[in-house]
Amino acid sequence: MNDAIRDSLDHCVKCTVCESFCPVSQVTPLFPGPKYAGPQAERYRGAGPSADSSVDYCSGCGICTQVCPQDVKIAEINSRARAALWEKRGVPLRNQLIARPTVIGRLGTPVAPLANWALHNRTVRGVVQSVIGIHRDAPMPSFAGRTFQRRSRSHHGPSAGPAVVYFHGCGTNYYEPRVGEMLVAVLEHNGFRVIVPPQDCCGLPLQSNGNFPAARTYVRRLVDRLAPHARAGLPIVSNSTSCGLMLKREAHEILGIEDDDLAIVSKSMYDVCEFLLGLHERGELRTDFNSLPLTIPYHAPCQQRGHGIGKPALDLLALVPDLNMIELDVDCCGIAGTYGLKKEKYDISMAVGKRLFDDIAATGSRVAACDSETCRWQITHGTGVKSVHPIELLYRAYGLGRNRSVPVKAGRPTAQVNA
Amino acid sequence: MSYDTVVVGAGLAGLTAALRLSERGQHVLIVARGVGATHLAPATVDVLGYLGDTQVASPAASLPGLSNGHPYGHVPVDQLTTALAWFCAHTAALGYAGGPGENLLLPTALGVPKPSALAPRSMAGGDLRAGGRFVFVGFKGFKDFHPTLIAANLARARLPLSIEARALELEPPPTRRGDLSGRVMAGRFDNEQLTDWLVHALEHRVEPDERIGVPAVLGLRSDAPWQELEKRLQRKVFEVATLPPSVPGIRLFQALSAALRSGGVRMVFGVTAVGARINAGRIEAVEVANATGTHAYPVTSVVLASGGFASGGLELDSFGTTRETVFDLPLSGLPEGHRVRFAPRYFDEQPLATAGVATDDLLRPVDGSSRPVYENLHAAGAILAGATPWKEKSGTGISVATGYAAAEGILVPAAAPVSEAVR
Repeated sequence: MNDAIRDSLDHCVKCTVCESFCPVSQVTPLFPGPKYAGPQAERYRGAGPSADSSVDYCSGCGICTQVCPQDVKIAEINSRARAALWEKRGVPLRNQLIARPTVIGRLGTPVAPLANWALHNRTVRGVVQSVIGIHRDAPMPSFAGRTFQRRSRSHHGPSAGPAVVYFHGCGTNYYEPRVGEMLVAVLEHNGFRVIVPPQDCCGLPLQSNGNFPAARTYVRRLVDRLAPHARAGLPIVSNSTSCGLMLKREAHEILGIEDDDLAIVSKSMYDVCEFLLGLHERGELRTDFNSLPLTIPYHAPCQQRGHGIGKPALDLLALVPDLNMIELDVDCCGIAGTYGLKKEKYDISMAVGKRLFDDIAATGSRVAACDSETCRWQITHGTGVKSVHPIELLYRAYGLGRNRSVPVKAGRPTAQVNA
Repeated sequence: MSYDTVVVGAGLAGLTAALRLSERGQHVLIVARGVGATHLAPATVDVLGYLGDTQVASPAASLPGLSNGHPYGHVPVDQLTTALAWFCAHTAALGYAGGPGENLLLPTALGVPKPSALAPRSMAGGDLRAGGRFVFVGFKGFKDFHPTLIAANLARARLPLSIEARALELEPPPTRRGDLSGRVMAGRFDNEQLTDWLVHALEHRVEPDERIGVPAVLGLRSDAPWQELEKRLQRKVFEVATLPPSVPGIRLFQALSAALRSGGVRMVFGVTAVGARINAGRIEAVEVANATGTHAYPVTSVVLASGGFASGGLELDSFGTTRETVFDLPLSGLPEGHRVRFAPRYFDEQPLATAGVATDDLLRPVDGSSRPVYENLHAAGAILAGATPWKEKSGTGISVATGYAAAEGILVPAAAPVSEAVR
């Protein structure tokens, strides 16, 4: 294991900055806070698991690590402590299930209409809550039926041009293939040839549910698929901020994987907005944007902030004439991947998200933008407001096909032009 | 996306510099390892509380008494005055009171009168200078805040006029929380109408001429609970700073970051500035380590506000070598030779106490021959050499004054035009 994580606790000066920012401990006494559960409790854990299970109430949003002025890897320490806890107790069936999006995706996709009916049926969800423990009200996406992988096989993009590899993740593949298609269209509009290798889950949900061995198997399998492209010098882009972060950093830091394949994949990973902004910095991004007279609130998900790249989505969208983005200042929407799905954590996740929901509602916009899929589903669940990936706004601004998912009259048009 | 200025560090100095630059039209990026000391300090602006062992009544009048090489040596008094007024105007929601002309004397959680030039309105009512009668209120279960201790220590304190102080301990409504930190208590005032409880608990137990000191937990999002309390009790109510986390400090951070956000300043936390690309004596780009590697941000100017030893802006290794951690700048105030021998008691004269970067009047770090190391690098806050803020009670004042002055140092010769930001 990577001892730099545990050793970092010696830098903790107990300043309580992490406690001030933790969105979970703010709304529930069940989680005592990142400092208590992290650097403080870790000293007593030694080789064994936590004496109590409060660390299981950490949502893993990672805000504590970002704001810590002493570089203590608080969230990472807690993530490992959670895994040690579940290794001892055995990961419950519910967590094993929701942590395997590809299994769920493969089961649901062929019977999408039936599965979608079941996912959104009150009675079925009530039974699921009592039998498995997934909260009946927790936000669930709909199966698209035809996966992104299948769609991409029948897509004929340009055969020339610089190549970029697309890691789409499970959310895009099974639930939001349109987002993947829009991302490909935006890249192709900028002259790229997009390679979509066959791919599977990155293992992040298993990691956050404490099954490290299975998470390592998944991430290694994915890295095997991506590494040859990285070795060929190709950039890899992702529209899932959490899965991208898994490959950039967490597989190494939290799962402790040390190998050359992962290292080169990590170095080649870009969040898609980070990649596009990089193009713009080099003067290579097409800026033939049409006017989008909309005012749209933007939430940078906690996992996006973990990339340490600022908010490239906002910088890009500032290039679109008449589009006014409102930068929201809430750290977390509460869902934290699979955390808010769980019966015992749903109320916490909604309480964490309340500030974000209120702030979005206060803008009066009918659309919100956010980079992460689970956060988008949570935002829509908490506000009734449609929520889109920033790439969808770029796609529309480029005029790449008619897209009905952003209502034209959403929000208050403004006269402000950030050209 | 190019930035005019990259500010390294998100403490009070960095936030001040960034806000001043952005309101003058610059496109600013803040990169920081984490959040600065705003969350820990009481949110007062302490310009100068002590000269040697003598308590300072008027910072403005006493500044000339500081030794050569003190950071205030590069901030003329009129600029300091402007900086403080500017600070008050940009934190209007907190209603700062005071100025550089005279210090308030505010009670700490230990019952020590502490000189501060500025205090948020929720704290300013605790000014002890005019004497009078005080009641200090504690909440059972709230750690590290003992009204009896405050009252007893204040009774022995040297004050311009005598005061009368007593203590009152109240039992707040029960909660499932085992551990009541300042943030948790403040959240309860925001969400659970604890103000009602406090009004009822106090209204018949406080004399009409008593001022009421409570732990600084009256609202996390704003000081609205404080306003309501004062209005309903018809008495002067004031917050007394607590041990960290500092709720007034959190409010200050929130106020400044909201202003920065609306000024278009981008703040990135959890990243480390690790160096610079240099060309012809200028920093061309600041190198910042993120999740996967190092990104170089091209810049016109840089503000280094990375803090002192406590924040990692300065580092002392086990061989006795001291270094500035971002740009490896030359340091001033180092002991002769390499051996650092610390004096036995914490508040003794210590080697390295005044270590840091020395600057010119534009707050640019200078080398041994007083020449700027880089033409476009400015420094502010605790990284500056020459101060002993824990003795002088000058830390937050230095941060605001030098943060503002560093920004001015960038703006003034801005005959060099602000580049057309790509926005």
